[in-house]
Amino acid sequence: MRFEMNSAELIAGILWLALTAYAVLAGADFGGGVWDLFASGPRANEQRVAVAEAMGPVWEANHVWLIFMITGLFTAFPVTFGVLALALYVPLTIAMVGIVLRGASFAFRAHGADSVGPMSTWGVVFGVASIVTPFFLGTAAAAVASGSIHAPKGQLVSGFLDGWTTPLAIVIGLFALAICAYLAATYLMVENEHRPALLADFRRRAIAAAFVSGVLALLAVAISFFGDQRLLQTLTGRPPLFALALLNGPLALWAVWRSRPRLARVAVIGQVVLVLWAWAVGQGPYLVPPDLTITATAAPEATLTAMLVVITIGGLILIPSLWLLFRVFKARNPQART
Amino acid sequence: MGTSLGFHIVFAVLGVGLPLLMCVAEGLALWRRDEAWMLLAKRWSKAFGILFAVGAVSGTVLSFELGLLWPRFMAFSGGIFGLPFSAEGFAFFIEAIFLGLYLYGWDRLSPVKHWLTSIPIAFSGAASSVFVVMANAWMNTPAGFQLGPDGKLAQVDPLAAALNPSTATEDPHMLVSAYVVTGFLVAAVYAAGLLRGRNDIFHRRGLASGMAMGAIAIVLAGITGDSSARFIYEAQPAKFAAMEGIYRTQRGAPITLGGIPSDAQHRVLYGIEIPQALSFLATFDPNAEVRGLDTYPPADRPNPVLVHLSFDGMVGLGTFIGLMAAAFWLLAIRRRSVPTWRLVLLGLVAAGPASVVAMEAGWFVTEFGRQPWVVYGIMRTSEAATTAPALGLTFAVFIAIYAGLAFTTARLLLMLAAHTRDAAARNAAKKVDAFRDE
Repeated sequence: MRFEMNSAELIAGILWLALTAYAVLAGADFGGGVWDLFASGPRANEQRVAVAEAMGPVWEANHVWLIFMITGLFTAFPVTFGVLALALYVPLTIAMVGIVLRGASFAFRAHGADSVGPMSTWGVVFGVASIVTPFFLGTAAAAVASGSIHAPKGQLVSGFLDGWTTPLAIVIGLFALAICAYLAATYLMVENEHRPALLADFRRRAIAAAFVSGVLALLAVAISFFGDQRLLQTLTGRPPLFALALLNGPLALWAVWRSRPRLARVAVIGQVVLVLWAWAVGQGPYLVPPDLTITATAAPEATLTAMLVVITIGGLILIPSLWLLFRVFKARNPQART
Repeated sequence: MGTSLGFHIVFAVLGVGLPLLMCVAEGLALWRRDEAWMLLAKRWSKAFGILFAVGAVSGTVLSFELGLLWPRFMAFSGGIFGLPFSAEGFAFFIEAIFLGLYLYGWDRLSPVKHWLTSIPIAFSGAASSVFVVMANAWMNTPAGFQLGPDGKLAQVDPLAAALNPSTATEDPHMLVSAYVVTGFLVAAVYAAGLLRGRNDIFHRRGLASGMAMGAIAIVLAGITGDSSARFIYEAQPAKFAAMEGIYRTQRGAPITLGGIPSDAQHRVLYGIEIPQALSFLATFDPNAEVRGLDTYPPADRPNPVLVHLSFDGMVGLGTFIGLMAAAFWLLAIRRRSVPTWRLVLLGLVAAGPASVVAMEAGWFVTEFGRQPWVVYGIMRTSEAATTAPALGLTFAVFIAIYAGLAFTTARLLLMLAAHTRDAAARNAAKKVDAFRDE
């Protein structure tokens, strides 16, 4: 283990942190869309309101992590960005369509409803786009993690369907979707602690999502074990993180089962973080295995230094602002007053 | 890409301008303890909630399309001009965070704290525009890097790239144009309401607020536009020649208003010529030399028809908007109240969309005027383009989506504006009216 880092690795680490934040925060917003679409039972409407209340103030800030990642990637690793954009053209374009429709439909409903009335068509668009987007982002991630994107010397040579259309990638896409729904359900448990009926609704949904994502995770491991082992090798390259994830999974389920919302939330977030970082650490010096390494595809040193300065200054403004946002809207039972 | 940009920019400029209006209106409401200003601020914040969301997601598509459609351009330039994009990412973060606080914080924050959250929104909105346009300015006058003998990047100075020569003229022009468009669009909405007989304090104040911002900004747009054009004369003579339809290099060049540049006859047909005016405006010397398009090989020329007509369209509409603003304020000062003459209101309703067209025409000038280069003098557009499959289909899908979103946004905003008719709002308006009109 080395403890020194060059600036390219440092920036790659920061971008991966941004990816983690996007997965944990915006992932739950997509999951919220899933539960909006599948709202059912006598409290279907209350469920939708709870989703809208939870997402409303924060989803746009959560979305910016993605923009930060995209701009950071093309600034610090322009070659990799170009290769990824081309190789994953199809799934990423579909995900973009999903992102546009999801955001717009949510805003139309949230800010237009009192002059137009309920907009059920946009509600369906919101739900469907919330399903499509994480699925295709998941398949794209699978293509990277399984080392299917070949670009020797920075020129893409693999095809436009490689890596993300395999059975493994499809299972991982579904897993990404299930994890988003799982995250959202546990967040919604916490935010509705004071409403026992809704809490029970979201607990049932969290359990369902936990089982589905667990089964899909095992299925992905099995497919990788008996077929293309590259993904498994990446994830288990540095054992501790992946082993922790295997231990943490049941803990999360237990917390949901015993209706411990806060512990469940921490555990599910932990699960996402562990999987993402097991992947990051496992693919070692590569940004996009097997051809593009972090150091070799980085922008010139002057750019990286300037970017670190911008990130430091920006971060000093960003972190207190984010803290304020979550403090105002997500502090202990803010809804209790209504 | 162009479609996405043309779509996104309308939302982006409102994201720059509207927060300032909201901030001022809410500040006035608190300072003068005036409910009517508060209601205006609330109404605008609802509209802004929709506009910002659509702008944010269409902006994401843009940043992604950069890599998708121009992979070689991005691979070359990303490391050079990525710095302003990173900074823009943070500005956008701040805008989104404080917008969340603003939109959903009406009863979570004290009135003063709530008002304070509007200030970072207005600032970061303006900062986003400044940063993004820096990147575009770099494409016009690339700086801050050196190419090695093999044609590859040898040295990069990201700060010099961000502060390239065009930044000083292009950035201010775009920023004030954002306020022009916001001001006149807001004014157009309320002018339309007044035309339909909704003469209440909301409409009068909404109109006056929009016109205050628009009038100041259009003057600044004229000044910054003038310095921008003079800079282009120096830095991008081919673009300048295309803007003005100058084919032959000449001293004492005329300005040709309108008309259609003809490649076959090497001059502008059907235009109105003002002798020596161009040389004078560009250099303050009526006999200065202006380089013509003919001095460039055909492969290096922008399309003069498109660029000349866009430029004249922008200047013409800008002049119209400026005259409307002057008429409005002259009448307002003489009558000491918001003018409600039908002709003035009709003109203001037209000035709103006209400001959008003028801005889009301005982008046509800068983008098509730079052709055939994507990075002026360094990389051709044809060298930068993508090899991705099914581009036609992608374009069709995105155009359909944008059309749907634009339609829905417009419909929702109009309904929001019409909401003033609601009994509650009107009663409130009357009460305040009675109080204010004492």
